Amino acid sequence: MTLNGILQIAFYLAALTLLTKPLGAFMARVYQREKTFLDPVLGPLERLIYRLTKISPDEEMDWKANAVALLIFNFVGLIVVYVVQRIQQFLPLNPQGMAAVTPDSSFNTAVSFATNTNWQGYGGETTMSYLTQMLALTVQNFISAASGMAVLALFIRGIARHSAKTLGNFWVDMTRSTLYILLPLAIILSLVLVSQGVIQNNSAYVSVPFLQATADTGGVKVTDQVLAMGPAASQIAIKQLGTNGGGFFNVNSAHPYENPTPIADFLEMLAILLIPAALCYTFGKMVKDTRQGWAIFAAMMLILVAAIFWMYGVEGSGNPKLIALGVDQQSTSENPGGNMEGKEVRFGIPNSAVWATVTTAASNGSVNSMHDSYTPLGGMVALIMMHLGEVVFGGVGSGLYGMLIFVVVAVFVAGLLVGRTPEYLGHKIEAYEMKMASLLILIMPITVLVLTALAVVTAAGKAGIMNPGPHGFSEILYVFTSQGNNNGSAFAGASVNTPFYNLTGGLAMLIGRYWLAVPTLALAGSLVKKKLVPVSEGTLPTYTPLFIFWLIAVVLIVGALNFLPALALGPIAEHFMMMQ
Amino acid sequence: MMLLKHLRTSIIAIIVFTCLTGILYPLAVTGLAQLIFPKKANGSMILKDGKTFGSELIGQPFSDPKYFWSRLSATGPFAFNAAASSGSNYGPINQAYLDGVKKRIQDLKAVDSSNTQPVPADLVTASGSGLDPHISVAAALYQLPRVARIRNLNQDQLRSLVSQYTEGRQLGFLGEPRVNVLKLNLALDETQSLSGGK
Repeated sequence: MTLNGILQIAFYLAALTLLTKPLGAFMARVYQREKTFLDPVLGPLERLIYRLTKISPDEEMDWKANAVALLIFNFVGLIVVYVVQRIQQFLPLNPQGMAAVTPDSSFNTAVSFATNTNWQGYGGETTMSYLTQMLALTVQNFISAASGMAVLALFIRGIARHSAKTLGNFWVDMTRSTLYILLPLAIILSLVLVSQGVIQNNSAYVSVPFLQATADTGGVKVTDQVLAMGPAASQIAIKQLGTNGGGFFNVNSAHPYENPTPIADFLEMLAILLIPAALCYTFGKMVKDTRQGWAIFAAMMLILVAAIFWMYGVEGSGNPKLIALGVDQQSTSENPGGNMEGKEVRFGIPNSAVWATVTTAASNGSVNSMHDSYTPLGGMVALIMMHLGEVVFGGVGSGLYGMLIFVVVAVFVAGLLVGRTPEYLGHKIEAYEMKMASLLILIMPITVLVLTALAVVTAAGKAGIMNPGPHGFSEILYVFTSQGNNNGSAFAGASVNTPFYNLTGGLAMLIGRYWLAVPTLALAGSLVKKKLVPVSEGTLPTYTPLFIFWLIAVVLIVGALNFLPALALGPIAEHFMMMQ
Repeated sequence: MMLLKHLRTSIIAIIVFTCLTGILYPLAVTGLAQLIFPKKANGSMILKDGKTFGSELIGQPFSDPKYFWSRLSATGPFAFNAAASSGSNYGPINQAYLDGVKKRIQDLKAVDSSNTQPVPADLVTASGSGLDPHISVAAALYQLPRVARIRNLNQDQLRSLVSQYTEGRQLGFLGEPRVNVLKLNLALDETQSLSGGK
């Protein structure tokens, strides 16, 4: 670790924390349908959308109607993404003449973008036309994120209200998330990114001469370099803000046209956690007790900081196998040092390590370095952040509702320990709530571990492995961990654009998204009906440092119980082999 | 009934949001970007006398000892293929990876046998994108004696050229100091006529 590296990390965390309150307060106004400074511009547009779609903005719905709206809306979106990929060769804005995407890959990508996973089984610049990137992928980047935020808004109302029936209106929350939050931020961010060098055009790929001609693997002379082009900035801005992560190019934000400078990198990294962090404050505001929001923010932040420094430490110390070869891995002001395989010089170790940690914490899944080439313990941090259930800030909306499920469990276990009826913010936590919470916590590990086991015992699964030994197991574990948690990042060496992985992965993403979102809404539907339990001496306060540490402990213990054996077979075994 | 109502709303909503976020939003950003930052929006090309010499953001491969070499690139079927970005994705103890590092060190020593310094890590590893336009300052200084010798240049003179193409940390602390390899090599060719050499 260097002083400069620590300074960059501190600056990042400070910027994130400072923006939490203003943006969080603004989002609370959006979800409570209060006046905002954007009303003069966006109000007419919002009303026009309601008129066209025949949405009655004042009509509230119970949890079931909202769940049906979510599922149907996402299903229709998924179909559109599938169809556009299949017929892109007949559509305009395809200067490279990209052919139709295969059915299994189209299915996987459609599920991937509708579920806010944005797993990329394909390479953007070799597969997708500009129109597909815009119509299919950019649109989903907005509406899948807005869907997650809408589910959160509905869930928060379930906690904020008592003796009620309805949670709000999914359509209104989804529309307002897109118009008032995602769209303005995306426009600003995309233009700032262009100012740094991110491309934004509809041109055909550009051919330029190599200064020194080279040869391909077959020995054929290559004199020109073809530079991939396209409307990248507009998609990158929203893929970062909406914790989507599906990049314009194959290597995502490691590509210099997607992430050209340290400032661009800083802003893209900030965009990953900006909304998930601010939603903690929004939550506090909507339940009329901002301490509750800050307590959850603190629990998430403490886990994140520990993970960032662990990641930075192991990546910065480099690869012991290279020391013997006479490689200088010492970090100085002239040498980024450390484990540079798969990393870019302009970012160095600290910015790569922070990105890898926050993108897996946040279910974003974009990358600015190749996780497959991380040291075993570095790659393990990325796996762990996902294994915790994407609740350390997590996806926009989904991260916070995931963490609130853990809060329910923490309150329940604490209640059992002291022999009191568990309650959270005036709601009694009873058998039905605990059934839903247990279901929510168990579905993800079961999906991930069963599919990993299936892949390691079948020929089709093993065919995807690239690196030999325990690392190969880590690659497969990462595939299903990432998709089962709607993250989308990868140990990208694994060849996953095959029918086996496209179909099993698609299944994991569908379960990871909807099998969690629907019980979450059911839980909210049950909480909202309960009578207010007044605060008494027996009430466990859920904003104290003691509770914050208790919540962290519950999250870590559940994660460790689920995944420690699998991690021992992969990264931990590989670590010991590396140290030999 | 409720299903049909939500289905109708969904279909119209998809159309509306596709127009808004899939057509209007990217086209508006493209329009503004082309108006305000035309050079950057179109790929930061290096233009000289009306000719394009590559992009300052996209690296190129070099193997001639008279040039500074870029980092390794894992793109296929040739290095620095900017139409198919890719990292190596090698795990840290994969023998193929370690062999690649060894070969790179041998290649560097083969053209510079008198150099006994340890090789900076970024010069023996493949970048994430396979298109990294930069090397570290250490990697440039490591190669400096070789390039100076082949081009019959004074080392101090070359050092000042390297520092001219060194980009510092942004705002003084963000990112790593780095040298743009293509721009440096273009400047080398332009300012200095080769005498002797390879």
